[in-house]
Amino acid sequence: MSTIDPKPSSIAATKTARPSREVVQVKERSSTVRSGILRGLSNSTVTIITILIGLLWSVPTFGLFISSLRPASLIQSSGWWTAFTPPWQFTIDNYQQVIQAQGLGQAFLNSLIIAIPGTLLPTLVAAFAAYAFAWMKFPGRDWLFFGIVALLIIPIQITLAPVLSIFTTIGITGSYLAVWLAHTAYGLPFAIYLLRNFFGSLPSDLFESAHIDGASHSRFFFNIVLPLSVPSLASLFIFQFMWVWNDLLVSLIFLGGSPQRAPLTLTIANLVNSFGSNYEVLTSAAFISMVLPLVIFFSLQRYFVRGILAGSVKG
Amino acid sequence: MIQTVKKGSKSSPTGGKKWLGILNPWLWIAPAVLCIVVFLFYPMLNTIWLSFFSNDSSRFVGLTNYAYIFTNGGMLEVLRNNLLWLVLATILTVFLGLVVAVLADRVRIESIIKAMIFVPMAISFVGASVIWRFVYDYKTSDRGQIGLLNGIMTLFHLQPQAWLIDPRFNNIALIIVYVWMWTGFCMVILSAALKGIPTELIEAAKMDGANDISIFFRITVPMISPTIAVVTTTMIINILKIFDVIYVMTGGDYQTNVVAVEYYQQLFNFNNFGIGSALATLLLLTILPIMYINIRQIRAQEVQR
Repeated sequence: MSTIDPKPSSIAATKTARPSREVVQVKERSSTVRSGILRGLSNSTVTIITILIGLLWSVPTFGLFISSLRPASLIQSSGWWTAFTPPWQFTIDNYQQVIQAQGLGQAFLNSLIIAIPGTLLPTLVAAFAAYAFAWMKFPGRDWLFFGIVALLIIPIQITLAPVLSIFTTIGITGSYLAVWLAHTAYGLPFAIYLLRNFFGSLPSDLFESAHIDGASHSRFFFNIVLPLSVPSLASLFIFQFMWVWNDLLVSLIFLGGSPQRAPLTLTIANLVNSFGSNYEVLTSAAFISMVLPLVIFFSLQRYFVRGILAGSVKG
Repeated sequence: MIQTVKKGSKSSPTGGKKWLGILNPWLWIAPAVLCIVVFLFYPMLNTIWLSFFSNDSSRFVGLTNYAYIFTNGGMLEVLRNNLLWLVLATILTVFLGLVVAVLADRVRIESIIKAMIFVPMAISFVGASVIWRFVYDYKTSDRGQIGLLNGIMTLFHLQPQAWLIDPRFNNIALIIVYVWMWTGFCMVILSAALKGIPTELIEAAKMDGANDISIFFRITVPMISPTIAVVTTTMIINILKIFDVIYVMTGGDYQTNVVAVEYYQQLFNFNNFGIGSALATLLLLTILPIMYINIRQIRAQEVQR
């Protein structure tokens, strides 16, 4: 009895719901005129409020952008908003200066050298592990998986000093290898968790038919699982790339002593501290550091959001 | 649930192959497990261990480091700041994220508004700190202000303030920067949950004469409360570890220091391994209950799968 019960009632619900929508719309149309405020916020009010919030959120970034296009003397003597009243004085000198003089070009390159392997490596290592956790059975599989998930939220600070001494012992402190390894380790729990969920949600029929055809795990993994998981791999890739690109702490600790390998974040943080008020360098440098993440964000927003939704327990 | 292969049942089950079959899964997870053990698990235990030793790690001192943290005035200020961050930043990001998600849900330009709020997520804390310098910058009142906030103050003939230096404002000013960056994150997750609320429910409530405010509190919030809980715990974890914003904007000076920055300074500026490790261990202890809740929740999801 109880198994049949929900069905008719849900049908009844949809049946009654359909006409009710029309009723509501008619009712609303007549009532908004009379008591729009009393009934709550009208749609145009909501539109105006959301636009205001959106503008409020964009003003700080916009201010930096305008500042970065102003001559050095003006940045420090008048607010960026005065740039909109004549005389209009805009320039791209700041960008030319910062790329040539401050070694920002090298820092940009360093960021790429760190971020690309720092993204590929954990994605690859995690994909193997996630496949085993999703499709193989072995003793201790579940507790091992939960153990890794538990590490997802540990503050990485707790690991820094011992990891630094490991790196110093094997003599790789201050090298790219140290940063790659650190980013791989810190990114793994999240990557494994995310990919394990994606791989696990693939239909098991796929696996069974591949097995009947005599396909090995590696063939199944490379020929079927990976191609099917491109969207999930993309969201993980973007996530990890943004994280590594924007990271300050890891490079500060493991590359702090070798400025020639410092990424953009570290170089700019040093500019903030040493130049203090040398704003014309800071503005253009900061904007350069944002270009790549923003391009990736706007072109691949869909995958980025998907990654956030799938892994919202990330720490 | 997941079907497993009986490895070697088709191909000739010789001894060697059988061994490979047992070993196989471990080969797949070996690189990951090795990395995690060496760079996460062992260092974690090592730090906890070091927190019971003196600052040069030479002799066992029991809980002395912890006692120091909970009695020293400067340390207590650091803990107090972290608590302020935890309460204010969590509430603000989750609440604003929810409000924006609900409002944007009702307008045609939803995707544009959401992108505007979400963009700061793609910017590094270092970049954000430069951006916000142009909001908080302070010059004495006889000079032209280049910070937006003090520009507005001057416009209304108010005294310009040193937002990042004055202890009355600076912690709040830093929290606002963080809120600016992370509201979009909360909004995206909450917005996805909102789309899951059946429209019939909202319309039925409207028919009964409920206004927007009561629909928000009586229907929307209860319906998505599991998601709100997930977002809140995620934010708590993130905010406990807050480092970059403070490190770059004030360096922990002017009474704005928090645990993660203090930890960094103890370790790398003063070589105080004992106190530094104790600070990191405290962070871990605070997070443990959340770790437990998280695992239970993931376990529950696994059962449903």
